[in-house]
Amino acid sequence: MSELAYNANELMVINAARLLQDGDQVFVGVGIPNLACNLARRTHAPHLQMIYEAGVIGAQPERLPLSIGDPTLVSGALAVCSMFDMFSFYLQRGNIDVGFLGGAQIDQFGNINATVIGDYFHPKVRLPGSGGSMEIAAWANRCYIITPHQKRRFPARVDFHTSIGFLEGGDARAKTGVRGTGPQAVVTDLCILKPNAQGELILAALHPGCTYEQVQANTGWPLKQAPHVEFTAAPTQEELKILREDLDPQRIYI
Amino acid sequence: MSKLVSLSEAIQSYVYDGDTIYAAGFTHLIPFAAGHEIIRQGRKGLTLARATPDLIYDLMVAAGCARKVIFSYSGNPGVGSLKWLREGIQDGTLEWEEYSHFGMISRLQAGASGLPFMPMRQTGAVDLERVNPQYKRVKDPYGEQDVIVVPALNPDVAIVHVQRADREGNAHIWGILGEQREAAFAAKHVILTAEEIVDESMIRSDPNRTLIPAMIVDAVCHVPYCAHPSYTQGYYDRDNEFYLKWGEISKDEASIKAYMDEWVFGVRDRNEYWQKLGEETHRRLHVGQRLSTPVNYGSFTDE
Repeated sequence: MSELAYNANELMVINAARLLQDGDQVFVGVGIPNLACNLARRTHAPHLQMIYEAGVIGAQPERLPLSIGDPTLVSGALAVCSMFDMFSFYLQRGNIDVGFLGGAQIDQFGNINATVIGDYFHPKVRLPGSGGSMEIAAWANRCYIITPHQKRRFPARVDFHTSIGFLEGGDARAKTGVRGTGPQAVVTDLCILKPNAQGELILAALHPGCTYEQVQANTGWPLKQAPHVEFTAAPTQEELKILREDLDPQRIYI
Repeated sequence: MSKLVSLSEAIQSYVYDGDTIYAAGFTHLIPFAAGHEIIRQGRKGLTLARATPDLIYDLMVAAGCARKVIFSYSGNPGVGSLKWLREGIQDGTLEWEEYSHFGMISRLQAGASGLPFMPMRQTGAVDLERVNPQYKRVKDPYGEQDVIVVPALNPDVAIVHVQRADREGNAHIWGILGEQREAAFAAKHVILTAEEIVDESMIRSDPNRTLIPAMIVDAVCHVPYCAHPSYTQGYYDRDNEFYLKWGEISKDEASIKAYMDEWVFGVRDRNEYWQKLGEETHRRLHVGQRLSTPVNYGSFTDE
């Protein structure tokens, strides 16, 4: 199989899956995070547990969920609770290891905007808003962001802090008293960015065939590089086979 | 005492112009039939509160029922955006009040518990606090850190769809519970819509599943398929084709009017709507069986 025999979404799903650990309690979203969790369960993390903000613990969906409240998440799950219980007992209390986040804008310090482009009261473009992401970003032990790498998605500063990464960097996040460690990786179709000690997102790894110049051209701030930028391993035949044949055979998300 | 009435009578009796409505359901059990009935009856000036406004509130905004929306995620779940809501906010023709999911359901939790507000830990994301003055900070009286508080939300009416209820309004719900119970306890009046009306003995056979008790319910309406195009666990699937088509249906005034003329004003009630959808759709939304194992509650007679 040649190195190019996979697409951008497959690359992001596979690299996100590899960040998950066996036994992680993961707050999952529909779409790509859902695929990443299922792939991790089928490969290196069979004891990973999928938790959905709608109030489902230990989901084993028989099909790709159509929305965050799809009944397929409930059939065969370990437990179901109200949304209030989910956000308080599970998330606020500190029982969630990993949260997945996305958004229209992600800035130099991993802050996310999913609310509005332009002024809040006179929006240029109104986006859906926080949903659960404000609390997930603050209270999950660690967070991962998955997004295609485009310049408009990576401005130096976001227009609105829907959910926080490291604010303006340094100890700003720690000073707010939030419990989680914040975004630990941003997985894109070009690379993986990770926060340095100051909370600034820097280039940590390139996907096969991608270059720093390419990443910089699609990033809205002067991007620093880790001392040793790595290359991610190309998707394996096994990973691609599970994704294509079992997890998303209709190619809805990949 | 039976509270069984038609959905049309229930809306007429409990939903007034200017009311705050909470049509509950977190992408599951959304009472679309009630939204259609409110449009048919021409209610105006409503404040529409829901964590996820979904297609139901987009339609009600397009129909001119709403003055304001209160929400925490305004999108077409799993698909895209809600045009009428989004443009109403962008153009300034629709008032709005915005929370995160936890902020929104904490408002209901406070309302349902008879409390003035609910505290939450800080999230560091202060922009929403800045633009929505309903978010406030108070000092933790037992510790050092401030906590964030939101005020109780007590809607005038909650509309809650359930799988089965008895005639008085004791209701069994299963599957995704969302904010169904909190909305019902928080509201001043509760309209229950049910897939099935069952005998009280059926409710009593499984009391752990009774999430809404008759004491807080004002009206019970037998409305099979009330949640179409959303799901009802164990009864029917989401009509995802409809969700995918929503962008097209709602794209302009002519298209949304044509939809309403046919599917809201063009039918008398949900039964007629469901028949009109036709057998192909009925087949497509059918769900198979996956039964739970019965539990033994124990018997305490002398034999």
